[in-house]
Amino acid sequence: MSPEQHLPALRVVGLKKAYHDVVAVDGLDLTVAAGECFGLLGPNGAGKTTTIEICEGLTDPDAGVVEVLGRRWDTDERWLRERLGIQLQETQLSEKLTVGETIRLFRSFYSRGRDIDDVIEVVQLGEKRASRVGKLSGGQKQRLAVACAIVGDPELLFLDEPTTGLDPQSRRQLWDLIVELRASGRTIMLTTHYMEEAERLCDRVAIVDHGRVIAQGSPRELIASLGAEHVVEFSTPDAPDTTLDAPALQALDGVKAVRQQGGRWTLDVVDLARTVPAVLAELRRRGLQLGELATHSATLEDVFMSLTGRQLRDD
Amino acid sequence: MTEPTPHPSSRSKASWRDGSLAQLTLVRFREFYREPEAVFWTFAFPVILALGLGIAFRNKPADVIAIAVVRGTPRSDSLYARLARAPGLKVELLEAAAAAQSLRTGDVALVVVPNTLDGVEYRFDDTRPEGRTARFLTDDALQRAAGRRDPVGVSERRVREKGSRYIDFVIPGLLGMNIMGGGIWGLGFAIVEARRRNLLKRLVSTPMRRTQYLASFLFSRFAFLILELAVVVGCARLLFGVPVRGSVLQLLAVAVLAALAFGGLGLLIASRARTMEGVSGLMNMAMLPMWVLSGVFFSSSNFPKVAQPFIQALPLTATINALRATMLQGAGWAAVAPSLAIVAAWLVVTFSLALRLFRWR
Repeated sequence: MSPEQHLPALRVVGLKKAYHDVVAVDGLDLTVAAGECFGLLGPNGAGKTTTIEICEGLTDPDAGVVEVLGRRWDTDERWLRERLGIQLQETQLSEKLTVGETIRLFRSFYSRGRDIDDVIEVVQLGEKRASRVGKLSGGQKQRLAVACAIVGDPELLFLDEPTTGLDPQSRRQLWDLIVELRASGRTIMLTTHYMEEAERLCDRVAIVDHGRVIAQGSPRELIASLGAEHVVEFSTPDAPDTTLDAPALQALDGVKAVRQQGGRWTLDVVDLARTVPAVLAELRRRGLQLGELATHSATLEDVFMSLTGRQLRDD
Repeated sequence: MTEPTPHPSSRSKASWRDGSLAQLTLVRFREFYREPEAVFWTFAFPVILALGLGIAFRNKPADVIAIAVVRGTPRSDSLYARLARAPGLKVELLEAAAAAQSLRTGDVALVVVPNTLDGVEYRFDDTRPEGRTARFLTDDALQRAAGRRDPVGVSERRVREKGSRYIDFVIPGLLGMNIMGGGIWGLGFAIVEARRRNLLKRLVSTPMRRTQYLASFLFSRFAFLILELAVVVGCARLLFGVPVRGSVLQLLAVAVLAALAFGGLGLLIASRARTMEGVSGLMNMAMLPMWVLSGVFFSSSNFPKVAQPFIQALPLTATINALRATMLQGAGWAAVAPSLAIVAAWLVVTFSLALRLFRWR
């Protein structure tokens, strides 16, 4: 491999952006390698869309460096536009055009690009080719938006919350599409506030909160950083919060971290078989009733919780 | 960095129809003809309006003016009888209160009140042309019936020429109004709608050339303009015999220049607005003064002298003046040049401002 190929597809250093007195992005650094699928994961309002739109050359940053495919927006805008595919979070394409007409329109902007029939097939809108955009379902509209983003055969594809607001089936269809695009060797950067989405699609993830990257790595690395592969959640409905305390739980066998939120305890644990009986024994010893108990394998959600003490999704 | 190999289906564009300017212009046509209301407002509306005005203001063979004589005086009946024979007047006998009411509402143009002597009193509104005409006709009829002889012998020959009727006056006005509406509404709404839907932002995130996007609006406006012109001028000619005395080429040139200038105004109005409500307000603010002042339905010379420099500088006034001169007077290029210069100035100013202010994202 030539050294050039080690150049990242996207490099962001010290990015800052404020709207009036609201700071959206507060010193954010990122590097996306060529050929990977990179996810920006964070709650609503974390600055994901502002960040991706700065990378897309649609918003000017207040400070910081953005290099896309090794070039800068202020000197190489046209060169970059030909090589990027962009899906914005909320674009309503013209409802009076058909699917085929819309893709053909977007194809006409690029000097080189993919065959229209081929793109329609990839996004599985063959049957809807002659339908008006206004008649499409949410999932179909979203796949059309992706079609418009890939019709220029981009080297780097930006997808801003591609599955937000979709039903589970449409979401899975879109995931399959993104997996397929990733397999074709294009670099993809996407934003999401669904941790399953990031885990499933992304080679690497940056967790963003309050305009900063608070953790970065592959989903596996991030989860491993918890030092625990499982999560135990339980509640003690009758007991006042003071009857149970974090140090006591922390001291139990195999517990790596303890979090409390509104009468609900969350423990990161190494081994369920060792810890769950210990937790039950501790509750019994203190004469506490167990309200509910749930366990699951650790996810990015838990990583976010352990870093911020909050949940990723507010819904 | 090395570029990844293109997708196997990747290729260059095949024909001119795949070019972005052609595709963008096609979008404009599709969005237009797939919106039936837009088609109606563009083509049927001016024709229906012209039809209505043509019927309301048709030149009646003998325009009769209604007047009233106050009932209940000794001379009421004889005055009534004399006036009933007079040409051009329709007389009725009314109680004093009813007569006053009819005068106020304009049902009669004049009320004749017999006074105590041999004389009469005319009550009418001298600011209304009908009132003044009624006074003249009534007085003439009464004086003649009383035995007046005119010292000067008069003969009449009536000339009713096509080209000087109200319908002839109003058709170029409607045409100008339509060109204004097409430019301002056509560009303004479509652009603000695209901005509101985040579509403008999506378009500028592609390598699309921004000038081509704006040019697509102008190309589609040209096509519609020619259709509008043909429909309005054609219907006016077929239904009312409204003439086109000047050259058709000149008429077309005036219309095209006006369409460009109003397109520029539409672009300027839409250059920053984000909501339909916002842009509607701005459009009305721009168009309302011109609907009233620019001589669409009545001559702009009715307004006071001090306002004339302002009124004559409005793009719609200049457009309508040039259209009227071309259609009705058969004026040549030299005669319409000052009007065209005003329109061209608007074109240059609005476009350069709009391009500077335009918000793409």
